[in-house]
Amino acid sequence: MSDVLARVQGELAPMAQGASMSHGILVLPIARDSLVPVVRRLKSDFQFDLFLDVTAVDWPGEPLRFEVVHHFYSTRHFVRVRVKTRVAEQDPTVDSLVSLYDSARYMERECHDMYGIGFRGNPDLRPILLYEGFVGHPLRKDYPKQKEQPLVPYREGEK
Amino acid sequence: MSAETRIANPVRPAFDTTLREDSVIVSIGPSHPATHGTIQIFTELDGEKVVRADVHCGYLHRGFEKECEDHTWHNLIPYVDRLNYCSALINDFAYCDAVEQMMGVAITPRCKYLRTLLSEYSRLADHLTCIAASLMELGAMTAFLYLVMLRDWIYEHLADLTGARVTYTYGRIGGLARDLPDGWLTRLDEILGKYEEFVDRVHGLMDRNRIFIDRTRDVGVISPTEAVNWGYTGPILRSTGVARDLRKDTPYLAYAELDFEVPVGIKGDNYDRYYVRMREMDESVHMIRQLVAMLPDGPVSVDDRRCTLPDKKLVYTEIESLINHFKLIMEGPQVPAGEIYVAHESANGELGFYLVSTGGGTPWKVHVRAPSFVHMGGAHRMLEGYQLADIIPTFGSINMIGGECDR
Repeated sequence: MSDVLARVQGELAPMAQGASMSHGILVLPIARDSLVPVVRRLKSDFQFDLFLDVTAVDWPGEPLRFEVVHHFYSTRHFVRVRVKTRVAEQDPTVDSLVSLYDSARYMERECHDMYGIGFRGNPDLRPILLYEGFVGHPLRKDYPKQKEQPLVPYREGEK
Repeated sequence: MSAETRIANPVRPAFDTTLREDSVIVSIGPSHPATHGTIQIFTELDGEKVVRADVHCGYLHRGFEKECEDHTWHNLIPYVDRLNYCSALINDFAYCDAVEQMMGVAITPRCKYLRTLLSEYSRLADHLTCIAASLMELGAMTAFLYLVMLRDWIYEHLADLTGARVTYTYGRIGGLARDLPDGWLTRLDEILGKYEEFVDRVHGLMDRNRIFIDRTRDVGVISPTEAVNWGYTGPILRSTGVARDLRKDTPYLAYAELDFEVPVGIKGDNYDRYYVRMREMDESVHMIRQLVAMLPDGPVSVDDRRCTLPDKKLVYTEIESLINHFKLIMEGPQVPAGEIYVAHESANGELGFYLVSTGGGTPWKVHVRAPSFVHMGGAHRMLEGYQLADIIPTFGSINMIGGECDR
């Protein structure tokens, strides 16, 4: 493990629910309230200046159904950190990272589209890959793959 | 049209009132003839000047990630091809690399060098497409034809290897679909020679061309800090002077053994993005020549029954191989439970695959960190404050590829 990741693990593990290495990436599972404090420290103290990606994993049937997964990269130390936050189906929201990274604006919109995760503090969660008026969140496991919601009605004889 | 049958607007613009009394809101796209890509840009124009811009992608969304959850690890490789279809092989290899790491499969030396070589060859094709299209949109038809001619030779050459011009499905978990055909490397050398000849001509036509400089210098500028803040990677980030390249910083495949430079720009404008791509192509050619010299003999696929299909002859003559073939096709390679994020330096920047497996032959989740999508998020920063006509060269220099942007 690189020195930086060892330091991150040493300093941030108390804020996280354990920390482990997975294929060269430091994984920090954290409670929902610690997301912004942990990421702020990653950015300011450890130079994780590139917000790579946010997505979610759906685990139906589990008490905290959604796992929101953030990836960060440090353009100084060339290492990555994955931050995982579990949220319940009744209240699938986490704090937005737009105050720390502008790139979060677009990527959080996609995650909101696909999984219905709310990002508190992101002022613009309009649909981005889907369209206005689309009902449901297609990457949730209970959204049927074959379901169609055509914007343009089929003509007679089609379908 | 009656109210019942009217088609709803798929997009809600970020603004519908103007900031200034005499400015107007103009919607450009989604199918504008001058943007190569289905994208909609809402602009507020003060005369010819762009005051605000709101960039919308998503018109080509086809549910790539949802579809992947319904296929075996192997069967979704054709879909992966269709992300960035200008350099499909890079997608193939990044995806296969991620699955192989999860399974603990080590690819053969020949496969490692071939994948590196073909990644660079794809980068060449991708940059040729990008530069050719952006020059053509500025009226440089000759330069366009020179570059597209080169690209077409590369496409035909790749068709000799893979059987397809654009979407190759050539990567396999644990190796490659087949080895090089006879004479492939000889033709490669010919094409690289042609590349040098024609790219020299393009340099001569463009680099000090007054019209080209006026249209691209100091247009679409982005600063290094802003580029990182908006998630830019690849040639756009490097054009601002930040020498970040995964091939150098966290070498994968055979990049650690290669001699190459990471070209950077000075200002982060359209001219720098053109020049960085031109220089990157030179570096790719330099790398390809080193790789040809290094290329070892041996099998291209690992001899591992968990992922590699058995020899066809054995499938027809031996029950174990028949069952093995059947299981790999019907159930898919068994990938242990876990998750992984693997990133390769694609032609546009960091292409990352985040895969989640619950164990078994089908992924639980496949997510792509697509550089084009992230780049669209900050595109308005490069459009605002410039002329309406500058949208075309700036958008061209971002090189948005609909397939990976919208997935």
